[in-house]
Amino acid sequence: MKKLIIALAASAALLGGFSTGAQAQEKKKVCFIYVGSRTDGGWTQAHDLGRQQLDKALGAKVETPFLENVPEGPDAERAIERMARSGCSLVFTTSFGFMDATVKVAAKFPDVKFEHATGFKAAPNLATYNSRFYEGRYIQGQIAAKMSKKGVAGYIASFPIPEVVMGINAFELGAKSVNPNFKLKVVWANTWFDPGKEADAAKALIDQGVDILTQHTDTTAPMQVAAERGILAFGQASDMIAAGPKTQLTAIVDTWGAYYIKRTQALLDGTWKSEQIWDGLKDGILTMAPYTNMPDDVKAMAEETEAKIKSGELHPFTGPINKQDGSAWLKAGEKADDGTLLGMNFYVEGVDDKLPK
Amino acid sequence: MFEAILLTVITASTPLVIAALGELVTERAGVLNLGVEGMMIMGAVCAFAVTQISGSPYVGLFAGILGGGIFSLLFGFLTLTLVANQVATGLALTILGLGLSGQIGEAFVGQPGIKLQPIVFPLLSDIPFFGRVLFSQDLTFYFSIGLVIGINWFLFKSRTGLKMRAIGDNHASAHALGINVIRTRYLAVMFGGACAGLAGAQLSLVYTPQWVENMSAGRGWIALALVVFASWRPWRVLAGGYLFGAVTIGQLHAQAFGIGIPSQFLSALPYAATIVVLIIISHNRRTTLINTPASLGKPFVPDR
Repeated sequence: MKKLIIALAASAALLGGFSTGAQAQEKKKVCFIYVGSRTDGGWTQAHDLGRQQLDKALGAKVETPFLENVPEGPDAERAIERMARSGCSLVFTTSFGFMDATVKVAAKFPDVKFEHATGFKAAPNLATYNSRFYEGRYIQGQIAAKMSKKGVAGYIASFPIPEVVMGINAFELGAKSVNPNFKLKVVWANTWFDPGKEADAAKALIDQGVDILTQHTDTTAPMQVAAERGILAFGQASDMIAAGPKTQLTAIVDTWGAYYIKRTQALLDGTWKSEQIWDGLKDGILTMAPYTNMPDDVKAMAEETEAKIKSGELHPFTGPINKQDGSAWLKAGEKADDGTLLGMNFYVEGVDDKLPK
Repeated sequence: MFEAILLTVITASTPLVIAALGELVTERAGVLNLGVEGMMIMGAVCAFAVTQISGSPYVGLFAGILGGGIFSLLFGFLTLTLVANQVATGLALTILGLGLSGQIGEAFVGQPGIKLQPIVFPLLSDIPFFGRVLFSQDLTFYFSIGLVIGINWFLFKSRTGLKMRAIGDNHASAHALGINVIRTRYLAVMFGGACAGLAGAQLSLVYTPQWVENMSAGRGWIALALVVFASWRPWRVLAGGYLFGAVTIGQLHAQAFGIGIPSQFLSALPYAATIVVLIIISHNRRTTLINTPASLGKPFVPDR
């Protein structure tokens, strides 16, 4: 009797194995590498929402395995390679720090397609995709200048990479378009994810007199501190209204879902090719969370700016713009080209910080 | 301004001090538990989850202590009863704690937390400056100070403390003298776990009242380093914890102030300061040897 049960169990397992094996052959694997936890309430959560939308839309044709909490560095290369080896057809690596690791693995696996978020190194089987976050930052800067009583905002930054520097500059330019004397204090937390440290940075900035806070780190801790101290703040990557119902003015919300679906469809159709995609507000790859906790005229201004950016009427980096040291960068009416923006390593005039090199 | 900075420093230093004090007791008994980070994050998730369910951060605080303590029993069972390698088990405990806490906490992600409110002493809190800084804090701060005094007394003034230090220095001799080595070590490990749990509870109830995976972000490892930094003396843990906290917060203020020093250098300062102090301490090799528990990390099997 016992033997019979074992035999039955074994054959059942075998059958089960076969059926899943057959399914896996039909379905293509579209894989994701996350730098943080998919429940971080910010950056990684936004990517994972995109993955879930992809799953919903094309779940019959693709599987979407993911690895979370992958540190940037040597471990990343191993994680990406593991994904490539496990039969993924398309791998999305979703953090700037995965750039070199993705390039290396892409060279080793020419048949696998890769897409790296926010980077600038491409290959025939490696595309890059990015979102024009700076468009949202510009709107935030305008709101900050209207809402701040002291004319000083605090900016919690992660690492001095072009992406972050671009955001700081866009915020300052937006603010200056409303209040030419607006000041921006920057604190580098040197981390993407450390609630404690982000909260400490927020407290330090508030203690030094800022009354508007914005962040380019991943957790809701700064929003929470702002709420506790009774000042206003902007959310980052995800809508953070739950952490500060009376605090959040708006948030830049990353909405990667449509993009992931589009690219996976291209893979299935056989039309995928390596591109360097940089979409903005008009493409819906980023959206602004509802404008809250502000008077109607400020809200109207923000909505108007958003519409102008979407229609292409307004480019946040339009001259005349001076660099921090006062030297000229863009002439009146001149627009910054994408190459300069993606490699941005200088501040514009008005940022009250020394850029770490 | 100085007061504001000091208040932030206290919040940042308290979890380090509490977790390090617990580990100090564990190590004084001769057990090296590298799982502080794991026990801390378990404390954080238990405290947050129970606070959300019960609505009382005090019940949550207790749950954090309990969570860390119970989790450390796993380490105790593996290393004391089964005599597994302490270093490997401690590392495993950290990895397990990080994973398990993520699992437990999944339902609580993104919920706004309930903050543990400060206990303001009537009269005493009216003293200028000191009143705000010392007598208007939350319970975990008072705990941390009480622990320093209590542990210092226990280790160096009480008979049980003397026995425990004897076990840490030479478990074979202590055993021969009839001291129950395993039982004492179990208690020391659990005390360490409970303290790490309390430190974790401070993170999710006071420091940043929310739950996110990995929210301890390496503080357990800093606490571990603090114990060595303090050469196993409670008062030095307090001093070391506050030095570390002060440099961490000070550099953020220096940045916001626009002092013009590269932020990467400033971020490295707390660690650089730690190294400098370590060099100064280890200058006198004899005192270091006297304070280091001689049986630290060595397995013990009673011969009969």
